Amino acid sequence: MTPELSNSLALVTPELIMVAGAIVLLMVGVFSKGRPGALVTTLAVVVMAVAGLWLAFYTGEGKAFGNSFVIDPFARFMKLLTLGGSAVALIMSVRYTRQQNFDTFEYPVLVMLSTVGMLLMASANDMIALYLSFELQSLALYIVAAIHRDSLRSSEAGLKYFVLGALGTGMMLYGISLVYGYTGSIDFDVISSTLTGKERQIGVLFGVVFILSGLVFKISAAPFHMWTPDVYEGSPTPVTAFFAVAPKVATMALILRMVMETFQPAAADWQQIIVFVSIASMALGSFAAIGQRNFKRLMAYSSIGHMGFALVGLAANSEAGVRGVMIYMLIYVVMTLGMFAFILSMRRGDSNVEDISDLSGLSQTNPIMATIMTILLFSLAGIPWLAGFWAKWYVFLAAIDAGLYALAVIGVLTSVVAAFYYLRIIKIMWFDEPSGGFQPMAAELRIILGLSGAFVLLYVLIGGSVSSMAQAAAKTFF
Amino acid sequence: MTDWPILSTVTFLPLVGALLVLLISDESENGRRNIRSITLLTTVVTFVVSLFIWTGFDTSQSGFQMVEKAEWLDSGISYHMGVDGISMLFVILTTFLMPLCILASWESVQKRVKAYMIAFLLLETLMIGVFCALDIVLFYVFFEAGLIPMFIIIGVWGGKRRVYASFKFFLYTLLGSVLMLLAIMAMFWEAGTTDIPTLLTHGFPAGMQTWLWLAFFASFAVKMPMWPVHTWLPDAHVEAPTAGSVILAGILLKMGGYGFLRFSLPMFPLASDMFQPFVFTLSVIGIIYTSLVALMQEDMKKLIAYSSVAHMGYVTMGIFAMNVEGIEGAIFQMLSHGLVSSALFLCVGVIYDRMHTREIDAYGGLVNNMPKYAVAFLILTMANVGLPGTSGFVGEFLTLLGVFRVNTWVAFFAATGVILSAGYALWLYRRVVFGALTKEGLMSLLDLSTREKVVLYPLVVLTIFYGVYPAPVFDVTAESVRALVENVTASINAAQTAALN
Repeated sequence: MTPELSNSLALVTPELIMVAGAIVLLMVGVFSKGRPGALVTTLAVVVMAVAGLWLAFYTGEGKAFGNSFVIDPFARFMKLLTLGGSAVALIMSVRYTRQQNFDTFEYPVLVMLSTVGMLLMASANDMIALYLSFELQSLALYIVAAIHRDSLRSSEAGLKYFVLGALGTGMMLYGISLVYGYTGSIDFDVISSTLTGKERQIGVLFGVVFILSGLVFKISAAPFHMWTPDVYEGSPTPVTAFFAVAPKVATMALILRMVMETFQPAAADWQQIIVFVSIASMALGSFAAIGQRNFKRLMAYSSIGHMGFALVGLAANSEAGVRGVMIYMLIYVVMTLGMFAFILSMRRGDSNVEDISDLSGLSQTNPIMATIMTILLFSLAGIPWLAGFWAKWYVFLAAIDAGLYALAVIGVLTSVVAAFYYLRIIKIMWFDEPSGGFQPMAAELRIILGLSGAFVLLYVLIGGSVSSMAQAAAKTFF
Repeated sequence: MTDWPILSTVTFLPLVGALLVLLISDESENGRRNIRSITLLTTVVTFVVSLFIWTGFDTSQSGFQMVEKAEWLDSGISYHMGVDGISMLFVILTTFLMPLCILASWESVQKRVKAYMIAFLLLETLMIGVFCALDIVLFYVFFEAGLIPMFIIIGVWGGKRRVYASFKFFLYTLLGSVLMLLAIMAMFWEAGTTDIPTLLTHGFPAGMQTWLWLAFFASFAVKMPMWPVHTWLPDAHVEAPTAGSVILAGILLKMGGYGFLRFSLPMFPLASDMFQPFVFTLSVIGIIYTSLVALMQEDMKKLIAYSSVAHMGYVTMGIFAMNVEGIEGAIFQMLSHGLVSSALFLCVGVIYDRMHTREIDAYGGLVNNMPKYAVAFLILTMANVGLPGTSGFVGEFLTLLGVFRVNTWVAFFAATGVILSAGYALWLYRRVVFGALTKEGLMSLLDLSTREKVVLYPLVVLTIFYGVYPAPVFDVTAESVRALVENVTASINAAQTAALN
């Protein structure tokens, strides 16, 4: 083994652990008797935890495989966040898949493979690595969306996601080819240095637009959001939870690396695109959510809006901005997982309900659940002192510093509009008369919801260390 | 005693009480009684502890006292607390009104007592925090977070149109505040810190001051509330439970005035000078217009709510007179209004608890079987009118005096508001209390109970006490106000000299 290879392998150990784990678990699933879904899921979470610990403590920093893979504090932060999101989404799925009768062992394995793709995305340092990792996570996601194959809506969601996703990937691939054609390289570092000091090339600009379109599709920011409400609503709820967190973090990591490093010389060009996408997402997320009655659909629009807010930090194109996006993603993941733990617990009789009106009077029938949910909703609306406020604080702080006043003003105004629909849910829970409570929450969901609520509530106490961690990671690009 | 972090103690003591309440079940009558008692005890203890702030306060200093500072979130935000002559009395006012609110809701709130008490205790912490915060982000956090408990209080325990009122209250205030948030961020980048004492001496560039001033104005004008962004207040007041109205009128409205004094005036003196005519115009229109509107009200709470808007007009007018009389008058007016309007809402609460209506026409002749109530209500009405000898007079007179020195016409028009206020307040009193006791339902009404006496009498006594002897308040505020006016005048003069050269 050459030193270069062993070096590279050391850097990708967490991914290797995940891949090996996925293959072994597939075998476990195939050869064990009965219904091994729960067993495989548990083991998958264990493998993810091992990979996460390895990543946090034993993985060095540097570049691997001829500069196509990079691991730095930024990648580490985003990978850990992705792993955490995936693992929690898996934990949430165990009970639900059994209740809905699709507790197949393929599900956790697919989630693991998709997560491997996401981990590689956060580390991708050339166009080939980017494309391959992106496809690895996407293909697994398409199947996962349709995993409940007896359900019409789930199949529809999977198909819709696949068709539109393929379109997005196609656009991205075309963009990559343009960039390659005009710069002569697929290596991020080489592209960056080729672009430096040159005049603006229209071909590269087109390439950037297409690549960003493909990426923005995955974080479901407007105007590439059309798939989101249908897929969110149609997919089984734990899958939706997974969609809402892990791919978004990984794709956001990829976008950050692309614009902050590769296309940094063309900052003036992509900044306009990001500003537009950001405003469109914030506005659409806020206004379109007002009319929603289905909780999962509402969460889809809410996530569109939140991606818009996160992009505000990116548009600033500064260290403060990158830090803002990272903190935003962290807080977004925690809040979203809490929300989905809640949605999964909306059980009446033997089935899950998804309508917002089913929550009426919850503060009297399930007071603790309602209180934590209220905290989460106020946090999503960005009311201080809760975590959601600080997420917005850091991104808007960066935007003001960068002189993007119009973006900041539009952003905070849409956040007031968004506050309206979060308040409406709170109103239904607190002001309306009870319409029968839910069944007691399952233990694991209770823990997830509780931890999420505690994080949001007590963020003011730990915010300093979170922020300095993100600050250190954001230094990567500067 | 000097090292003891007394401001943090007072601020977070209610939160400790809330945690205790959280542990008690409100299923049984005993549990509910315990919850009420613990809440009352917490608020009383908080009040007693807060008195140490007053006794320990050095009136000869103009700067911040009892300062606590600790590292908090990174990026320049710190946990910084302290009081000066402007903010100290508002802390006392808050802690003083709180036990009265709890007592006022002793019997009227029967459903979901636990959540109610927790909301009030949380609200107390946040309100005290607003007045103690010496970091602008910390201030914003307390300022904005107060919306959460108030939203729940209005929405759950409010009247018929509570949902509409709570949404309007929340979104109106939030809309104003988010612009202030952006201004705070701009200030952070300009000055490199969010520390209020540092920002006070920073001296922002003139062009920037205009924008920052407008952003802060958007927030404080809504909170105050000033005409024409006052429309949330009557709705919120009418629908809120009695104690909620008391807190709204007594404390929450004062945050706007406090914000003007703490931020707008000293940090953006040039912009304040520039916008002075604008604020005067809005204030005068507000005073006259809302007084006229108050005359037409059929609902007692709505009438008092509109009179609050009118009285807050005097406050903004006094603040932007930018002289010692005007500002001292404005602070006094805020404190006095905190006592008087709170007491008036409590008075309405007394008869509302008996009759469950706030229609003025449903009452009449109450003096016949409720003499003690009639006397208390009379004194408070007079204070609302601004009769000499009550605390209402001192503030109104001083603000008018301050404005008179700056602009005679503004003072003239504002003074007509005094006459109008006599009109609506006395008419309300006549229709409710005097006349023959003819209505069937009113015959059996009982006079004030012991609990109601405990709630109302201290307010009545203080109203007269501060009307006759306002010195304790002015002793506290004098130095800080003098320093504030000096700084503002100096900056404006310096800018004018620079412009002449």
